[in-house]
Amino acid sequence: MYSFEPNEEQQMLLEAVGRFAANDLRPAGHDAEEEGTLPKKVVSKGWELGVLQASVPEAYGGFGERSAVTGVLALEEMAFGDLAGTLAVNVPSLFVTPILLVGSEEQKKEFIPPVIEMDWQPYTAALIEYALDFDPLELKTFAKAEGDGYILTGEKAFVPFAREAEAMLVYANLDGNTQGFIVPKTAAGLTVRSEAEKLMSLNALPTYRVSFEGVKVPKGNRLGGEAGHDFQPVLASMRLALAAMAVGVARAAFEYSRDYAKEREAFGVKIAQKQAIAFMLAEMATEIEAIRMLTWEAAWKMDTGAEDAFKDAYLAAVGAADMVMMVTDRAVQILGGYGYIREYPVEMWMRNGRGLATLVGLAIL
Amino acid sequence: MCIEFETPKPIAQQQYVLKTVAENMMRSVSREMDENEHAVPYGYIEFMHAAMKATGAGSLAPKSEKKEEDLNKPKRPPIGYQMLAHMLEMLSWGDVGMYLVTPGGGLGAAAVEAAATPEQKQKFLARFGEEKPTFAAMCMTEPGAGSDTSAIKTNAYLDEKTNEWVINGEKIFVTAGHKSMVPDECFGKGFIVVWASIDPSAGRAGMRGFVIEQGTPGATVTKLEHKMGIRASDTAAISLIDARVPYDHVLGNPTVEKQTEKGFKKAMATFDATRPLVAATGIGVARASLEFVKEKLAENGIEIRYGLPRNKLTSIERDVIDMEIMLRSSWLMVIKAVWMADNGKPNALESSMCKVKAGDVTTKITQKAVELMGPLGYSREFLLEKWFRDAKITDIYEGTGQINRLVVARQILGYSGRELR
Repeated sequence: MYSFEPNEEQQMLLEAVGRFAANDLRPAGHDAEEEGTLPKKVVSKGWELGVLQASVPEAYGGFGERSAVTGVLALEEMAFGDLAGTLAVNVPSLFVTPILLVGSEEQKKEFIPPVIEMDWQPYTAALIEYALDFDPLELKTFAKAEGDGYILTGEKAFVPFAREAEAMLVYANLDGNTQGFIVPKTAAGLTVRSEAEKLMSLNALPTYRVSFEGVKVPKGNRLGGEAGHDFQPVLASMRLALAAMAVGVARAAFEYSRDYAKEREAFGVKIAQKQAIAFMLAEMATEIEAIRMLTWEAAWKMDTGAEDAFKDAYLAAVGAADMVMMVTDRAVQILGGYGYIREYPVEMWMRNGRGLATLVGLAIL
Repeated sequence: MCIEFETPKPIAQQQYVLKTVAENMMRSVSREMDENEHAVPYGYIEFMHAAMKATGAGSLAPKSEKKEEDLNKPKRPPIGYQMLAHMLEMLSWGDVGMYLVTPGGGLGAAAVEAAATPEQKQKFLARFGEEKPTFAAMCMTEPGAGSDTSAIKTNAYLDEKTNEWVINGEKIFVTAGHKSMVPDECFGKGFIVVWASIDPSAGRAGMRGFVIEQGTPGATVTKLEHKMGIRASDTAAISLIDARVPYDHVLGNPTVEKQTEKGFKKAMATFDATRPLVAATGIGVARASLEFVKEKLAENGIEIRYGLPRNKLTSIERDVIDMEIMLRSSWLMVIKAVWMADNGKPNALESSMCKVKAGDVTTKITQKAVELMGPLGYSREFLLEKWFRDAKITDIYEGTGQINRLVVARQILGYSGRELR
């Protein structure tokens, strides 16, 4: 059957996340971006909603089952509030979800409960590299088997909360395959730059360059155990997270500019009564809905194990990146000069929007 | 309640059968039908009529008797519109021009279905379940009234002596108008639904649909249009000079209620129901084009490397990936709109939104497909150039892309037609 209604559990979660997005994330978002830091209590409150905890089975300290569909619903709703805040709240997922997806039984038992059962703590992951030809499937951080473990060499970029993180999942190129390695912050040879990355947006999310100079990783810390893992489900879940957040950011920009257009007068009418503006809004709403559907279907395919699920997640992410850019750009345009002024949130959403094509690996569901 | 994208089994089974029809009865004569404008694909029409009679699929003819309902059986949610959307998509993948001459009443019957009393439905729709394939058409557009239906000049007045409506005016762009109004021994007797005003001072509130039977004196097909595409489908001009119909041929309330626009709203209700279906036909054409492109690229050893970062893709890869995104997302919007219709949820926004999207997507995909295929795309040796021509109509009929944007904009802004013109 086709059906387009979130189930009761999902609706309850959405209501809770929606309240948090509207009452906490959105009001904090502007100052957080300007001041470069997000209040810890907002992050903690978001964590306590239990989006990640609900996707982890009881055996590993959570209270539910993972569902990509629930994940995309929740991330859209949260990103509607604020993107940097959403990324910050969900940073521990970068560490937990890949272990849940493709980790060994021992790894799930050892590494997931300490993250899940506690207050928000910065466990993170390092995927992006600072190169214009960066490709998650052709990494330039290398892993080499040596002795009874692996040696990691290379440099990672945009690693959220790297300075504070207890441990991180580091993705490296092992014989041409992208493999994850669980690395504690105390590992010798791991250096986090003292200065945070300076990006076009997401100032409230501290991210760092991290270098690995011959970092030794014990055999048991290779994600999936000795045999390793398939990277595709991890990458697809990262892409879906981006797609869902793109829909959320786009919706924020669309609704804000729609409401503005209904207030602002020019030539004796509200500007929304001009077809030039009304048509822009109609197309924005249409594109948002199109990509939302694509994202939902890809998530549903992930949950049902459809064979083209990974490809669809890729298509959703590519489509979402274009969509969010188009929508946020138009939102700025509708506000005119005010759109360009940092007092209003739309220019930040436009800067956020461009990031969603690039920031694969900064979120996962 | 849940979020699910599983094609229902009955639809999957139907698709399997329809694909065979599309391949063997449509694609096989597609070029011939295109080159011989206004030739009638009798084989396809008769086959579809027999098939629809046997299965009840796609027909609006009233069901003669309902099967005893088994109360123990769990009730399945209705999927009628979903089934129809899939059917239209697949037939249009075969040939959208030929799909448009599928018997069963088309928009004419849909207007009756939307606005008629039960007695009228019995009277006008029963014919579609009879022996011969039969056509009906909807007449809305006039030379001076397209999207702006309030400008309709065709009028009807009641001759109280004979208790007949007398209709005068000129209708154009009537899909299947010829097959509905000009006798053909292979077909049953059709009708048209003409939208006319019973009180020009009342504006849209005065608008009513009138059923005019084939053979009614004064109702004449005056012209067949020659078109860019969908050439298998006849597009007629019909002149109405003192055309007389019995009193009960008016759809809806025959008195004018100046404060409401009920009559017109009924016409618009027809569009809410049919816009996603028209979108589905465009998507069928676009899918045919994209499949052709992918097949030819594969034959030429050009692989699409899904999963690469955007800045590493070739131009062709980016185009194909964009086309896939457009095609799938617009199709899912159609499914959502018809799912809402099946479940009795108001879907005016979703209907127009999917039509906006499909109009864009079908034209863009078919245009890009022709571009990507170079000389192969422009040559009449393949059907691709025909699909390019066929596709464009999707953004025009059943409300142009611009009119549908207006409808979407009014919905999302909460504006009336007066507030956003």
